[in-house]
Amino acid sequence: MLLDKDRIFTNLYGLHDPLLKGARARGDWDATKAILEKGRDAIVEEVKASGLRGRGGAGFPTGLKWSFMPKQSDRPCYLVVNADESEPGTCKDRDILRHDPHKLIEGCLVAGFAMGACAAYIYIRGEFANEAKVLQAAIDEAYAAGLIGKEACGSGYSFDVFLHRGAGAYICGEETGLLESLEGKKGLPRLKPPFPAAVGLYGCPSTVNNVESIAVAPTIMRRGAAWFNSLGRPRNSGQKVFCISGHVNKPCNVEEELGIPLRELIERYAGGVRGGWDNLLAVIPGGASVPVIPKSVCDDVLMDFDSLRDVKSGLGTAAVIVMDKSTDIIKAIARLSKFYMHESCGQCTPCREGTGWMWRVMTRMVAGRAEVGEIDTLDQVTRQIEGHTICALGDAAAWPIQGLIRHFRPEMEQRIAAYKARAPMPMAAE
Amino acid sequence: MAKVTVDGIEVEVPNGSSVLQACEAAGKEIPRFCYHDRLSIAGNCRMCLVEIEKAPPKPISSCTYPVADGMVVHTDSPMVRNGRRGVMEFLLINHPLDCPICDQGGECDLQDQAMGYGMDHSRYAENKRAVKDKNLGPLVKTVMTRCIHCTRCIRFIAEVAGVPDLGATSRGEHMEVGTYVEKALGSELSGNIIDLCPVGALTSKPYAFVARPWELTKIDSIDVLDAVGTNIRVDARGPEVLRILPRTNEDVNEEWLADKSRFALDGLRRRRLDRPWVRRDGKLIEASWSEAFAAIAEKLHGLTGDRIGAIAGDLCDAESMLALKELMASLGSANLDCRQDGAHLNASRRDFYTFNTTIAGIEEADAILLIGTNPRREAPVLNARIRKRWLNGNIPIGLIGTETDVTYRVQQLGHGPVVLNALNEAFAGKLRNAKKPMIIVGQAALARPDGAAVLAAAWRLAASVGALTAEWHGFNVLHTAAARVGALDLGFVPGANDKSMAQMLDGGVDVLWLLGADEFDTARIGDRTFVVYQGHHGDAGAARADVILPGAAYTEKPGTYVNTEGRVQRGLLAVYPPGDAREDWKILRAFSEVIGHTLPYDTIDALRKRLELVNPVFARIGFLPRFGATDQAGPAGDPVALSDTPFVPAIADYYQTDPVSRASPTMAACTATFATTPLVAAAE
Repeated sequence: MLLDKDRIFTNLYGLHDPLLKGARARGDWDATKAILEKGRDAIVEEVKASGLRGRGGAGFPTGLKWSFMPKQSDRPCYLVVNADESEPGTCKDRDILRHDPHKLIEGCLVAGFAMGACAAYIYIRGEFANEAKVLQAAIDEAYAAGLIGKEACGSGYSFDVFLHRGAGAYICGEETGLLESLEGKKGLPRLKPPFPAAVGLYGCPSTVNNVESIAVAPTIMRRGAAWFNSLGRPRNSGQKVFCISGHVNKPCNVEEELGIPLRELIERYAGGVRGGWDNLLAVIPGGASVPVIPKSVCDDVLMDFDSLRDVKSGLGTAAVIVMDKSTDIIKAIARLSKFYMHESCGQCTPCREGTGWMWRVMTRMVAGRAEVGEIDTLDQVTRQIEGHTICALGDAAAWPIQGLIRHFRPEMEQRIAAYKARAPMPMAAE
Repeated sequence: MAKVTVDGIEVEVPNGSSVLQACEAAGKEIPRFCYHDRLSIAGNCRMCLVEIEKAPPKPISSCTYPVADGMVVHTDSPMVRNGRRGVMEFLLINHPLDCPICDQGGECDLQDQAMGYGMDHSRYAENKRAVKDKNLGPLVKTVMTRCIHCTRCIRFIAEVAGVPDLGATSRGEHMEVGTYVEKALGSELSGNIIDLCPVGALTSKPYAFVARPWELTKIDSIDVLDAVGTNIRVDARGPEVLRILPRTNEDVNEEWLADKSRFALDGLRRRRLDRPWVRRDGKLIEASWSEAFAAIAEKLHGLTGDRIGAIAGDLCDAESMLALKELMASLGSANLDCRQDGAHLNASRRDFYTFNTTIAGIEEADAILLIGTNPRREAPVLNARIRKRWLNGNIPIGLIGTETDVTYRVQQLGHGPVVLNALNEAFAGKLRNAKKPMIIVGQAALARPDGAAVLAAAWRLAASVGALTAEWHGFNVLHTAAARVGALDLGFVPGANDKSMAQMLDGGVDVLWLLGADEFDTARIGDRTFVVYQGHHGDAGAARADVILPGAAYTEKPGTYVNTEGRVQRGLLAVYPPGDAREDWKILRAFSEVIGHTLPYDTIDALRKRLELVNPVFARIGFLPRFGATDQAGPAGDPVALSDTPFVPAIADYYQTDPVSRASPTMAACTATFATTPLVAAAE
């Protein structure tokens, strides 16, 4: 369990002043200059040593990602912060943006310096109107205080931070779709390779990071990689903001160590499952795109990247969606299918055509108006999408249904049988 | 070079190639929809999946993936087969499968690849998507429900054609290709998206429901509706030409075809001259060949050569022009002209009137000056080559002439020839610094009183900026007429003591032979001049004629044409001329016999031998060697004569420039759609 002294986001609940004065009181912008004076390579090495993995969902080691940026470049380099938090169930970045914006801005400076970037672009979700206001106010304050801009923190290093508001498309949260959108184009994910570190924003080397990954960087630099590494479990070090929603007594965001048991997380912070643990049906442990896990798995699974991967799910954004036994699980997953159909960019074939197909079959599955054999067809369709698309939205659309079929196939068959019993085959007209 | 092993076959491909190119080098067929050699890579159809060892354990789209040395690729593993089958199933679930009523049927990539890579049955039982059709103007028909969103059309229009007219709206399965605000595609190359579309979403509007590809005979030919010499394939059924498609020729047209050349073919069926006519008492009367010949022979009787003249038109083949020239010579006349527009073309040396850099050479140029030309209208396919070069970057392009959108950025340097005397110093510096500068002179610059001076000034400019070296010839004349360079090669111009076109028209001759010449004001012909019109369309020349001899259009005769580069190319006969019409050289040969001056060739081969004798360039078919400028001496012309009158565009209406396109309803519809001056709305 995370001790109070080890918390990074000490104003997660907005109890204190989110702006510069309060942030300084919480230790932000403390000797940032000294951090920068350690040099680019030292910062990257420290973050690498801390074992920080990307907090946006994929869990790619952050320090390693930074090290892909060219050491020498004749073009400008950019840091792009992905604040387009649209994954259903996820609201961690939102609280960071509105209650602790200076953690992010300082992180931009540290990370941007470490990768030799001249500017950071924060792409914030369009719906986050108030969050954008707070963040912009914080950026303006930081400029006025000389923390960013020319001679950032008196370090001799010039660094700009720009805020860009999105227009409400889930796909713009995809790394390269975000870059396209930032450039003013339609948010269609790009082909990789080339990766953004080679050809990114405006054709220049860029790194796209999640808000949380960037916001924890200054604290890691202050307290050291060893401290961060001491939290969590091997290869899953550090703390993480979990978002617990759904059928719990007290939905909340909470900062905890990685590797905390799911049951402990829910019972300690969210007031337990509505109607008690035994009333639990299933949990989606990492935002809409990861496969659902049933109660039997929830009983003792640990909340970190590797443990959840081992049960064929994923940590994703650590958005824990709890569903009790009152849930129509098929309908819940069908709703997610509709979401992915709506948000598919339409660029590549499997996702464009497949998401619609899956949603239509899922709608019939909800009613039971299907044949048992169609469950296998549906499973095959998800596998025809998975891994065949340009970006990961295809995978994200496929996994919830795979999880459903893996764990709740009997429910689906039952639904079909019930429908057949209720509505016998119509007689052919004479 | 990178060594790549494809299904056990080792190939070497240049670094930076895609895996798809490596597979093709190994002779493996990779199915694809969105990938096209000449367009940017989209990677969105996901059909070209292959398996690559030591890469992520999933199928990889080969068109987007760069090769690496030592890469091992499998194109037929179970993973690849399943991947392709899955993608094909997805493509088909929302495709209407209306092949029996689809014009693409029989030449459809989706059909072919579904046979090769698809499943044998459908598992999709839901409702299919339906999409509203778009109106893209009179040329391209849309059935958008069939669209598989490969975006080839969008990329072509944006990249090659260079107009921002097509795009995709909405997302997911609601994504639609269209113009957003309904409008006709404003490109002279729009027809190419029909060829590019892998399915039947974009088809030819005039050709809709006309024929099936397997019913057509396909004949190679050369387009004559501009001077580019685009290689075409003429698709005919019985006596009718139904379709014209481009053939690939990297040196000339790559694989593009301009809209006029593609769609004007319905003009070949209308307003045709299919029998001889003779004017009696002021009225044209139908006649037999012998009556028509007799009428001309009677008129010629007793005339000296200097009272006889001939003008060759814009669409003529070299064979008929040579036959006409020699017929005139046998009558003692050298009053010949082919420059209907009065352009001051100088026929004394070949590099004074050809596009010496060559079309493929444009890609090497590093600075271009356009003088009195709008290549977008005069030679759309050639213009696409300039745009391609411009897209590669680092090339200043200047324009002296009418301001216009040529689909790439040009620096406007002035409007009239007088600018050549004092060229913008900054731009002149760019030309001088360029290693391979190009100067392109259009017909608008030459068809004016000071045309000779403009030609001379342009040559001098070329020489002064280093465009004329032993390795690089940067002086170019862009023609608008397919017959012009061939005529100049044959010397179809008056000598110093002979009558020019203007003199012939001003009553200088008593008998004037028009070989398909329609592009001048026939009212200028003297009242007492006896006019023989030999050609295929009842156009301006035929209306003024005293005797009409029905000839063959370019699809109806084997013919040799020389394009603006000076490239000699040959077309074949696709269909026979209508009615009593005959191939033009045969008419001239027959007439020569009537008047007792029999021309010395009985077959087209003999005539072609003769062509080679007259000018050896006609022996070199198709191939055109690059050459530098060996002689710096320029054409004659008085620089003082350069006036400040602005250049007037050589082509007022791109869609109707010749007898064929003027007879074409499709081209008339285009003219109405794209009229530069908006039609005045009727009063209430």
